[in-house]
Amino acid sequence: MSEIRGRAHVYGDNVNTDVIIPARYLTSSDADELARHCMEDIDPEFAAKLKPGDVIVAGENFGCGSSREHAPVAIKAAGISAVIAGTFARIFFRNAINIGLPALACPEAAGDIEDGDEVAVDLASGRIENVTRGRSYQAEPFPAFLREIVEAGGLVPYTRKRLAAR
Amino acid sequence: MGRTITEKILAAHSAQAELHPGQFVMARIDLMLGNDVTAPLAIEEFRNIGAERLADAARVVLVADHATPNKDIEAAQQCRLMRDFSREQGVGRFYDVGRGGIEHALLPEEGLVAPGECIIGADSHTCTYGALGAFATGVGSTDLAAAMATGECWLRVPESIKVVYRGERKEWVGGKDLILYMIGKLGVAGARYQALEFCGEAIEALGMSGRLTMCNMAIEAGAKNGIIAPDAVTEEYVRSVTDRDYTPQSSDPDAAYAQVVEIDCADIDLQVAVPPLPENSRSVRDVEETPIDQAVIGSCTNGRIEDLREAAQVLEGRSVHADVRLIVVPATRRVHLQAIREGLAEIFVEAGGALSTPTCGPCLGMHMGVLAQGERAVATTNRNFVGRMGHPESEVYLAGPAVAAASAVLGRIGGPEELP
Repeated sequence: MSEIRGRAHVYGDNVNTDVIIPARYLTSSDADELARHCMEDIDPEFAAKLKPGDVIVAGENFGCGSSREHAPVAIKAAGISAVIAGTFARIFFRNAINIGLPALACPEAAGDIEDGDEVAVDLASGRIENVTRGRSYQAEPFPAFLREIVEAGGLVPYTRKRLAAR
Repeated sequence: MGRTITEKILAAHSAQAELHPGQFVMARIDLMLGNDVTAPLAIEEFRNIGAERLADAARVVLVADHATPNKDIEAAQQCRLMRDFSREQGVGRFYDVGRGGIEHALLPEEGLVAPGECIIGADSHTCTYGALGAFATGVGSTDLAAAMATGECWLRVPESIKVVYRGERKEWVGGKDLILYMIGKLGVAGARYQALEFCGEAIEALGMSGRLTMCNMAIEAGAKNGIIAPDAVTEEYVRSVTDRDYTPQSSDPDAAYAQVVEIDCADIDLQVAVPPLPENSRSVRDVEETPIDQAVIGSCTNGRIEDLREAAQVLEGRSVHADVRLIVVPATRRVHLQAIREGLAEIFVEAGGALSTPTCGPCLGMHMGVLAQGERAVATTNRNFVGRMGHPESEVYLAGPAVAAASAVLGRIGGPEELP
């Protein structure tokens, strides 16, 4: 897995999947098309200002609302390398795990990182480094069960293996 | 230590004898659901998994309800993909336009949900079915793909919050008001990752329609599932729609809860949740003068026949305000037919309302009632997020059918007792 390092784009609490990818774009499942409209309703400049590898940092309950997997798909296709939040809404979190978008729950990082800070993440350890401010934070580790899915590369390869083992 | 209904259902559907909150299981899924927004992505991932056939076509339900009747060419393509897949894989329960309706109103009505069952759906409001004493939760498209291939889904056993509703409901107060009030107390993340178990004499006195409304919105408090232990109301409802066997579960008296919330129904007036979060609920009397442009009565939350009867009771002999567009959406074809037979359809159209075919359309701003910049709607739907019903600078106020219908007549947000 490539190193996760990029600028932080910081948002508040309860960023819901309707604003991550509005329903008017849900007649497409094309990742690049979805990426063009990612975060459009709360941050119209998002797609334009993003550099590949950047990270989203948000407060509580990130990804609440609709189960649309189009939300993490759009974020990942937009070039975001990881989402760091105080907490995640459960369907968004499982979707992120399933499709291989790193999602780290870390209230300390979420409360400290400022917009534009350079952030590096070591996924294996869950260590988050704020390069700009010289501080680091520890994300909650994944339970062993989820690590298996993450290490398999997501739920699709994980399920492929399970089917092959039958 | 006793176990909760949610823990018992998950234990019965996994190889684990003892289950505790926080534990992960591969649960056997009795029924799995997708719609025209989430199924196309699930079908793509099903192919990516390399699966050739569904693990069990009889346990798959696909419903064309979100952007239907097809709103544009892209929506038509999505529905065709789902239709072709259903034919290829022998999915007998593919509900097309005119045959089904909004998934979460449809599945219980079709007898596809029974107490003690374990259900997943690639739609967040799948938690609706907890009203029948089933474990039901929303998942993503890839989850649905994996479940279609294996018949199973990974789940984390949730802790439970017990919500006890004491006393009697006030006049006009229904399931929507009970749940909006609770979300106001707990907050939109108050039940995150947890099960919400509703009980108490006010729940026992509530019909199945109101219970479905309550469990439907468990997700709006962040919950994994909402659930109500099966009782005589459940038994009567289930027996009216199916004759198959089922194994009901209920919580032990000494089951452990993360939290017990006590609510006195004497404190609950008709509720309105102001934008942009469902937790912003308050008594309709505490909402300042708020003119509206549109009223929507329908959705998986409040589109059942009982909801339409309540709205018709308010609208009969009255006219929709000149500045308001009223859109009434029966949730299923059965509800639509019943509304015609009972004369409700006539009341809505006579009042100046537009009666739509079943669709999720307006609730999520897809079609059939999208809002322009600066417009404001009152809706019996479930989310009032930024841009939910259209332009990011439009607004949605959530309420039950009586308030939505009364507001349509008043031209501003208000309750039925304010009508002349």
